[in-house]
Amino acid sequence: MSWYYIEGILILSGINLVAVLGLSLLTGFTGLFSFGHAGFMAIGAYAAAFATMKLGMNFYVALLFGGLMAGIIGYVLGKLTLNLKGDYFIIATLGFGEAMRLILDNIQYFGGARGWPGIANYTNLTNVVIINVIGIIILVNIINSKHGRNMKAIREEEMASNIIGIDVFKYKLKSLMISAVYAGISGGLLAHYIGFLQPKMFQLIKSTELTIIVIFGGLGSVTGSVVGAIVLTALPEVLRNVKEWRLVLYGATVVFIMITRPQGLMGGKEFRVIHIIKRIVSKLKAPLNKEVS
Amino acid sequence: MSLLELKDVTKQFGGLTAVGNVNLKVEENMIYGLIGPNGAGKTTIFNLITGIYKTTNGEIYFNDSRIDDLKSFQIADVGVTRTFQNIRLFKNLTTYENILTACHFNTEYSMLDAVFRSKKYVKGEKLLHEQAVELLEIMGLENRKDVVAENLPYGLQRRLEIARALALRPKLLLLDEPAAGMNPEETLQLLDLIRKARDQFKLTILVIEHHMDLIMNLCDKITVLNFGKELAEGVPDDIQNNPHVIEAYLGEGDAEC
Repeated sequence: MSWYYIEGILILSGINLVAVLGLSLLTGFTGLFSFGHAGFMAIGAYAAAFATMKLGMNFYVALLFGGLMAGIIGYVLGKLTLNLKGDYFIIATLGFGEAMRLILDNIQYFGGARGWPGIANYTNLTNVVIINVIGIIILVNIINSKHGRNMKAIREEEMASNIIGIDVFKYKLKSLMISAVYAGISGGLLAHYIGFLQPKMFQLIKSTELTIIVIFGGLGSVTGSVVGAIVLTALPEVLRNVKEWRLVLYGATVVFIMITRPQGLMGGKEFRVIHIIKRIVSKLKAPLNKEVS
Repeated sequence: MSLLELKDVTKQFGGLTAVGNVNLKVEENMIYGLIGPNGAGKTTIFNLITGIYKTTNGEIYFNDSRIDDLKSFQIADVGVTRTFQNIRLFKNLTTYENILTACHFNTEYSMLDAVFRSKKYVKGEKLLHEQAVELLEIMGLENRKDVVAENLPYGLQRRLEIARALALRPKLLLLDEPAAGMNPEETLQLLDLIRKARDQFKLTILVIEHHMDLIMNLCDKITVLNFGKELAEGVPDDIQNNPHVIEAYLGEGDAEC
């Protein structure tokens, strides 16, 4: 296996991870499921590619532009649909994702269903890693603030959140917008890595893939999302040797994890280096204390 | 002027009148009892006051301003909060996090402050932490700080729910059957706690309860409901001797067999 190949898998994992981080805030911390995040990725991808290729913008500004566009659409979608309860909201997002794809299929300016070739390759491992690190820091900071706690409260018990003065609708909207921005940036990265865009890349299967990663990693855990994104993006590549059984094994792995660990790999817990060092230190100390006593 | 006033409040579910033309006046610093047989509409009144249901007819005033057209979270902002008959805690969060979450609007910092960990954020979080710890101590929950709410004993869950409500610094607290499922000893502790909370936080309390000992000991004034209508109103002694009330609870004295 050449480094080039491994690098490619890492970049794709990283691109997925950006979208997964946002979805983790929405699904894992606010308790809203979405099957339309590929739609936000598509908006980000086309907007960013439009900005670099047609307007000649700087790549990073274009990424932000893509994220912003996705965020705005997220705001509109949220305003219209977040009053729907539970399953109905999921159906609305599903419809949104498919609608987005069909609209792009018919915009000839972007190449329609034939696709849009020749987008410059600006994405590389370095900037993907940096963007992920920034994305994780922002996400963790939001989660550990009163805003993040309000979102968690909504996930736990919506009526009680209302009673303690949390504007549930506003926080759901904020959560949806932030996750849309993340998905948009992820789409922009994808466009400038593959160099080719086609609406087919953002089908329902992409949305479900993102949701599966979040659940696989564990709802309410950022580190879980990181592990999930890397494992589940790399898995189909690792399984390439078994040819047509590849996707069967992929599905079987996900089902296996869901049966053995329904709470996901990390299950609401975070993997913190400091905690592990503390635990090791306390274990080392424990026998010493025994000897003393 | 009274703190909370219900004027001719009516709530209909389809053809069923759950609450009909109820008038209620709660003065400041009072502990007011709301009793009645099951299905009398007590919890419905709580849901109307806190904006979970909208009134069909009538007006609700708090501090002289109308609150029946506000949303639930706005009513909480004004200073009215409640506990639930079937406990509604943030189950997977710890005791400390439950209270910390409820403290949220005692500080103002934006999401950007949080992202950049600005001074405002650090200051705000410190303030919230202090308030949460203080409340844990007052409510006697400090040694259960890191226990996940779901794993607390039942009595303490009730207590935590009251603590969470107090975190908002409300003016009016609605308690929906706070002693449900508690043994006599726990009920006594609760009685003390409610009194202590009223004095310490200068609260006005409206309480629904079926434990008559608790209600008669605790309340300054009581309203009895039956089938959504007011049956009687007055101080505990009057209520205990009111023939209509006894009839509603125990049935008619000289029924023909």
